[in-house]
Amino acid sequence: MMEFEPHVWSNGAVVLLLVALTGLVRFVRRDRLWREAARELWQRRRIAIIVVGLYMMIGLVDSIAWKGGVPEDAVGVLPNASLSLLDRAFVDSREASYSAPFADVEFYGGRPLRRPGSHLLGTDILGRDVLYRTLKGARVALLIGGLTSLLAIPLALFFGVGAGYFGGRFDDFVFFLISILASMPNVLLLIALIMAMGAGTLSVCVALAVTSWVGFCRLSRAETLKIRELDYVLAARALGVSEAKIILRHIIPNLAHLIVITFVLMFSGHVLSEAVLSWLGIGVDGSWGQMIDGARDELSREPIVWWNIGAAGLALFGLILAVNAVGDAVRDVLDPRTLREAP
Amino acid sequence: MSTKSDAILRVEGLKTWYPVRSGLLRRTTGWVQAATDVCLEIAPGETLALVGESGCGKSTVGRSILQLEEPQAGRVIFEGRDLLELDADELRATRRNIQMIFQDPMASLDPRMRIYDQIAEGLRSFGIAESESHRRKRVEEMMVRVQLDPATIDRYPHEFSGGQRQRICIARALAVEPRLIVCDESVSALDVSIQAQILNLLRELQDELGLSYLFITHDLSVVRYLAKEVAVMYLGQIVERGPTARIFEAPAHPYTRGLVAAIPSIDPMRRGAPPPVLGDVPSPSDPPSGCRFHTRCPLVMDRCRHEQPGVYDVAEGSSRCFLAEGSQPS
Amino acid sequence: MSALLEVRNLRTCFPGKDGPLPVVDGVSFDLNRGEVLALVGESGCGKSMTAFSTLRLVPKPGRVTDGSVVFDGVDLLELPVTQMRTIRGSRIAMIFQEPMTCLNPVVSVGRQVVEAIRLHEPITKGEAMSRVRDLFGEVGIPDPEARLGAYPHELSGGLKQRVMIAMALSTRPEILIADEPTTSLDVTVQAQILELLRELQRERNTAILLITHDLGIVNEIADRVAVMYAGRLVESAPREALFSNPLHPYSQGLLRSMPARSRPGQPLPEIEGVVPSPDQWPTGCRFSTRCPVRFEPCADIFPNETRVENERTVWCHEVERNLGGEGAG
Repeated sequence: MMEFEPHVWSNGAVVLLLVALTGLVRFVRRDRLWREAARELWQRRRIAIIVVGLYMMIGLVDSIAWKGGVPEDAVGVLPNASLSLLDRAFVDSREASYSAPFADVEFYGGRPLRRPGSHLLGTDILGRDVLYRTLKGARVALLIGGLTSLLAIPLALFFGVGAGYFGGRFDDFVFFLISILASMPNVLLLIALIMAMGAGTLSVCVALAVTSWVGFCRLSRAETLKIRELDYVLAARALGVSEAKIILRHIIPNLAHLIVITFVLMFSGHVLSEAVLSWLGIGVDGSWGQMIDGARDELSREPIVWWNIGAAGLALFGLILAVNAVGDAVRDVLDPRTLREAP
Repeated sequence: MSTKSDAILRVEGLKTWYPVRSGLLRRTTGWVQAATDVCLEIAPGETLALVGESGCGKSTVGRSILQLEEPQAGRVIFEGRDLLELDADELRATRRNIQMIFQDPMASLDPRMRIYDQIAEGLRSFGIAESESHRRKRVEEMMVRVQLDPATIDRYPHEFSGGQRQRICIARALAVEPRLIVCDESVSALDVSIQAQILNLLRELQDELGLSYLFITHDLSVVRYLAKEVAVMYLGQIVERGPTARIFEAPAHPYTRGLVAAIPSIDPMRRGAPPPVLGDVPSPSDPPSGCRFHTRCPLVMDRCRHEQPGVYDVAEGSSRCFLAEGSQPS
Repeated sequence: MSALLEVRNLRTCFPGKDGPLPVVDGVSFDLNRGEVLALVGESGCGKSMTAFSTLRLVPKPGRVTDGSVVFDGVDLLELPVTQMRTIRGSRIAMIFQEPMTCLNPVVSVGRQVVEAIRLHEPITKGEAMSRVRDLFGEVGIPDPEARLGAYPHELSGGLKQRVMIAMALSTRPEILIADEPTTSLDVTVQAQILELLRELQRERNTAILLITHDLGIVNEIADRVAVMYAGRLVESAPREALFSNPLHPYSQGLLRSMPARSRPGQPLPEIEGVVPSPDQWPTGCRFSTRCPVRFEPCADIFPNETRVENERTVWCHEVERNLGGEGAG
């Protein structure tokens, strides 16, 4: 594994994402069925889509990073670190300890702050701006939800479609694999995998992917079994089309609606799972789950410190709610039954 | 029946059974005897109707001919070559010559593909019309031939009616220039008035292109219109063969007689005859001993329960029934 | 004597993109005691929905919006639901096309019929069971005692349909509505079921409203026929009259395009075009887009009811013109 600076990975990922997005947009515009589906989705869930878009914008802002250009006297920042756009907006915002939102003085003790009135959501125990940490959590959440789903879904498709289409021994093998995975308690398996790979974003994503591909594998296998028997697949065989092409051209596109729906729903599941992992101490650094876990005892203080856990909790809730709302609408819009009716 | 050495398709002794698997290790516990000892012949440019009720195995025969199912035994001789002896590449090349049109116009087309891509699928697969513009032109020609508006070439299947979808399927089959088309209940799911349009289209295409058809159906009235020869199936076996006119006027096998008599008549003067065939069709995984029809046959004899009848010649055709045994033409 | 069932101007609408679509659009007919009336048409013409509407079984989001269904002097559309339930299933029974979906797969068939009887009559399970045994015998189920405990998946299509008929007739209804009862059955089994329906109808003097697209069945069993097209009736006549001399161009086209009537070697006469969808219905006669004898008024003005001889009605401008108006013979 090449030793690149973290910001190179992150910039590279942003470029890839933009390229993928452009490709997706071009594809949807050319294919009339998907275009109409997208239009209907927009009509039904404008607010939720905008909210998700906002989160994605914030994540993007936190992903474009470079070294240098840091003022010399900034507190709490190493001079040679790579900082993202978001980091630079909040550079030098460190205080000494807790302060309430919009306050001019520290929460305990009342000493004046370095930047009074500028902390919209207050600061935490180490004096870090809570708004800054909350916004940074967006990128982490999107990464966890998105990357994990991008790992789990192809895995599930490979085994599921393969088992459904070819049957026989491969099917038996996949069944065996699924049974083993399903018999192990998820949480223990997650802990074991993360311990083995070492803590970090990538290992958490891989571990979550390994424990969540089984459901979609079963689903895609069942659908493939159904589609394989349909007359249009038989017709393709009668026309001499090779099996690989049948899978690529007939089976996968007719699973596309399931893939999209599963992606959206898996996303929220993974983000929530990571929160549990943070509580166990093996989550991802900087995630909302970690913020919530760290702020547990703040609720029992007198007077109560609510802004840390409140901000993280609301941010998490907002993203999951928006994603689920979009997911519900996606399920309705892409339902293949609506394709049966003649206009 | 005189053997036609120039038959475009000859099937001999076809046997296709499906294994019934059960248990954790999926052992074969039994067999669904879908098609047993099936023999038939189609002359070039003509139509043979394969007739029977549900569970008789006629669809299995059609699919076995196209090698979409694997027979256990028998020969499928197309233009002189046994398809079951060919290797994978040779088989793929012959696929171009035999095509199939299915029953359900909803399920025969991929809902997520434009009909242009579906009609062109065979062209791509066999390397006909290599360039995109050639392909498009050919697809448009096919659409015109089946009386579809070529301007709708980029639409999706759900935007067409049942009859139009069936036309698309016909265009898809015709695009690769086959010589034999198997129509598996191709008009059964259509309304009567649309049926007439599709049947007429099939007739026209046969006259224009010299196509041969294996027309699989349960509807005897359609058979009369379209086919010169008929083969009747019951529980996986061919029980009678012969020219259409003779089958209708003087059916030899008791099942055929029952089938013909059971067709509801639309002659206002004729009605109300009691049904000649009683009981239900037995399961093909557990067929009766002896003659498979003996459990429902109004003319059953003791012999029929234990012995399996052979295929005996009758005037113009053959019948699998002991009653025909004695009356062999000399 | 008034008819047992009088349907007048029945209208059933489903919501559409630009307003409600009348899938059943002003249908009127009579069903007399002991008679078999066949409601015939191709898919989408509204015949099944008409049957459902008479029993107030229209699936949401559809609604019956207009008309009356008078059964033995009482308008069913105005009855409170509790009273409707005492009629549905006991005085008017219905059998459907797919017996597979109408029978509960986890309950034995004997018990299902017993439940149906005990819903409407206060008798003990034992009495009901012996009644079911007799019923199974009457509908031609071989070895009825053994079949009482059978589950639906253990029975063939024909046997399941016989169970449905037993269930429907268990309460001795005055009307039996049969929605495509033999479409999913093989031809030989269909012949048996038709024979059964004929017998039972004769013995019990049950009126039957038969919904079907198969003209052959109609000829075998119906006394009168009503032809529907795109939500409306186009012709209504006694059976022999319709089959030997159909008057409406659609009825003529239907009968002519049947392969059984064809001459081998000649192309089948076709009806050009396709059935228009509800948003494409012309303001006048709905068949005018495909009619071989249409002339000026047809597309704009819906034809009047033209009575021909006794008991025969046609809705067609051409027929009206030829006969010189109402009442001509």
